[in-house]
Amino acid sequence: MEKPIISFKDFSFQYVSQAEPTLKNINLEIYPGQKVLIAGPSGSGKSTLAKCLNGLIPNEDHGEIHGSCTINGRAITETSLFDLSFTTSTILQDSDSQFIGLTVAEDIAFALENDAVSRAEMQQIVDKWATELNLHDLLNHSPQELSGGQKQRVALAGVLVDGSPILLFDEPLANLDPVSGHKTMQLIEQIQAKTNATVIIIEHRLEEALTCPLDRVLVMSDGQIIADQTPNELLRTDILPNAGIRPPLYVEALKAANVDLTKIPDLASVQKLPVLPEITQALATLKGSTTLSNNETPVPQLSLENVSFSYSAEQKYPLSNISFTVNAGDFISIAGQNGAGKTTLVKLICGFLQGSGKITWENQDLAQTSIKERAEKIGYVMQDPNQMISQKMIFDEVALGLRLHGITDENEIKQKVAHVLKICGLYPFRNWPISALSYGQKKRVTIASILVLEPKLIILDEPTAGQDQQTYTEIMQFLQELNEQHGCTIIIITHDMHLMLEYTKRALVFSQGQLLADLTPVQLLSQTELLKQADLRQTSLYHLAQKYQLADTDSFIAGFDQLVHQKGEHHE
Amino acid sequence: MNNQNILGYQPQDSFIHRINASAKLFFFLVVSIACMTTFDTRFLLFVALFSVALFKTAHLKWQQVSFIVKFIIFFSLLNLIAVFIFQPTYGAQLYHSKDVLLSAGYFTVTAQELFYLANVALKYFCTVPLALLFLLTTDPSSFASSLNKIGISYKISYAVALALRYIPDIQTAYWNISAAQQARGNELSKKASLMTRLKGMVNIIVPLIFSSLERINTISTAMQLRRFGSKKKRTWYTQQPFTKTDFCVVALAICLFLTTLYLFKLNHGRFYNPFN
Repeated sequence: MEKPIISFKDFSFQYVSQAEPTLKNINLEIYPGQKVLIAGPSGSGKSTLAKCLNGLIPNEDHGEIHGSCTINGRAITETSLFDLSFTTSTILQDSDSQFIGLTVAEDIAFALENDAVSRAEMQQIVDKWATELNLHDLLNHSPQELSGGQKQRVALAGVLVDGSPILLFDEPLANLDPVSGHKTMQLIEQIQAKTNATVIIIEHRLEEALTCPLDRVLVMSDGQIIADQTPNELLRTDILPNAGIRPPLYVEALKAANVDLTKIPDLASVQKLPVLPEITQALATLKGSTTLSNNETPVPQLSLENVSFSYSAEQKYPLSNISFTVNAGDFISIAGQNGAGKTTLVKLICGFLQGSGKITWENQDLAQTSIKERAEKIGYVMQDPNQMISQKMIFDEVALGLRLHGITDENEIKQKVAHVLKICGLYPFRNWPISALSYGQKKRVTIASILVLEPKLIILDEPTAGQDQQTYTEIMQFLQELNEQHGCTIIIITHDMHLMLEYTKRALVFSQGQLLADLTPVQLLSQTELLKQADLRQTSLYHLAQKYQLADTDSFIAGFDQLVHQKGEHHE
Repeated sequence: MNNQNILGYQPQDSFIHRINASAKLFFFLVVSIACMTTFDTRFLLFVALFSVALFKTAHLKWQQVSFIVKFIIFFSLLNLIAVFIFQPTYGAQLYHSKDVLLSAGYFTVTAQELFYLANVALKYFCTVPLALLFLLTTDPSSFASSLNKIGISYKISYAVALALRYIPDIQTAYWNISAAQQARGNELSKKASLMTRLKGMVNIIVPLIFSSLERINTISTAMQLRRFGSKKKRTWYTQQPFTKTDFCVVALAICLFLTTLYLFKLNHGRFYNPFN
């Protein structure tokens, strides 16, 4: 029998700084050439497991090890980081900050440079992988200029030059739009077929990750492996939702419609589902209303007229002639590929940048107002909470805006901060240091610190990017509550088609500096050409509806959403 | 925020950009040393004009350097004034003659002192354009490889290059954080008092440091995972072979240096004395 390339035996690991082990009693064998997905919510230990595979544990992150872990026949405790890097190649989560070289070519060559390979040989190898991954036209570009999918290709080329037997992907989809995510999974599949490497993917976005055929899915929870099955087996169980991981949408829909799963031989993808009348009938029972209940006449709040901006004369796609109106109580999503001008637009609205055209707030021109004055009406939550947080304690962070606005009455501050913290579900933590919070909680602190200034409109830049199911639901339900119960107008920048459908009522679609469309997310779903231009992708739910030829796709999706929401509220 | 204002390498195609980084570094170091040692006005004048002319040919934009140039001018003026205050008679001693232009006791101004100060000022005109030219026309990786080539450890070379490379990134992060702070009411414009603004700056610096530290952490992990530091030597993908032009640049630097040695002999010392 073939020997496993990765083998954990009764393995436990406890970080020096932690009171409890992060990995508990792991027993795992992975054989050469297998494609394995490791899924788990934040804090389940999946990243720690990855660090054992590439040698960051125990070489960089120290801690106590029990049991054994051997990679390619060598114990990790006796292998240096450098030696192990020939066995395991790692593609890190944040491809933006892992680029070292100034140009694509240089970045691909980085490992070769460190191995002191001669220049001529280096050029040959770079050339080979650039051809393989279709990067030839980009070799002299800076990696930072590329689109999300191109960045992943460069990162991949940079480790493929090693020819390692194990390829480890740490959340490869976290920062990608759905189209790039899908392409990345295809690329992984293609490279695996070519190199026959063992592929380990750490990811919790199963909707996209499972589009690539996988041999096994491991589910981690609380430091342990709670499932190790084929996708087909796993998707039949309730292990994923119970562990806080969202199964692919089509599986959720099949379950919600009470389809008899034993009738389906292969559940791993929409394409492989059998077309049976009983499934069609069951799915057809999912029906929801697609008409918006809001019949009030819209009250215009924020208006843009022919707003344009360019950073420099050479900019390829400057923001040009953007006009739209946001009404009070709207819940809007702004979508579009990277570089479409979404963030620039928000910066113009907040006054961080000055462009041409007219921006009005409740019919008053904003041209002469300062950033500070605009912020009293329009709050902006940046994508990275670390760029917003400047205080040590939660209370002080939220109170900062009030204090800067000249409120000196500590009682008033206390009252207002307490009120906002309660809305955000952070009141029990009010005296905690911010460093003790999870990412999702930090995000809520930044929302609270904006909310305390009582803006009527809040703009959030990708509030759920890279979040697991629980944090995602937490943030989105909180925003929905703000919108419905506190009358706050909300605009979010997002790539997530399902998020748009599930929560927002209106979508603005951008591409190359232009506003292409202003419509409801349901309308957007059926416009294939528009979706393509904005790098959006229909969810598996849509494909499911198409496959079973459900008469009214919109109503089916709405019905599914309403059912999922009811369940969600039921749980609480 | 604006690309033009960022002090850092901007890829362009000019004669200066194309010169091999090692040749450029060699030229910059040797000519700077030559200008530091000699006080021959004719030589300094020539190099100063030459540097400014080179600066022109590189198609650099004034906005890119205006801040740093003003900064340097301010400190050189301060330096010249200090030199004068400490010893207004130094020029007269050096040139063994004394032509009084303005009689004012201790602060008596002589033609010799002014001439000496003019020489010092000229040195700035020789070296500052060269230094800026080198920084702005050499991409950080080539810079690192050239440092390594002249014998500096590659780890230090790479650290310098990375630091240079992240200047624009840190500037962008600074603008973002600053805007976010202003949106919460942190007044940083001239409307607020200096104390308020200084206090406000702290609120930007803290997140800036934390986000930068996080980046450094990620990049150093990424580098280690790709074996940076595993060997005593490394090769450089960007290292260009020497061309004829590069040899000419090196030769020119050596010629200039030899000229200063010749002038040394001709002037019987470091100083060119027009007062004899």
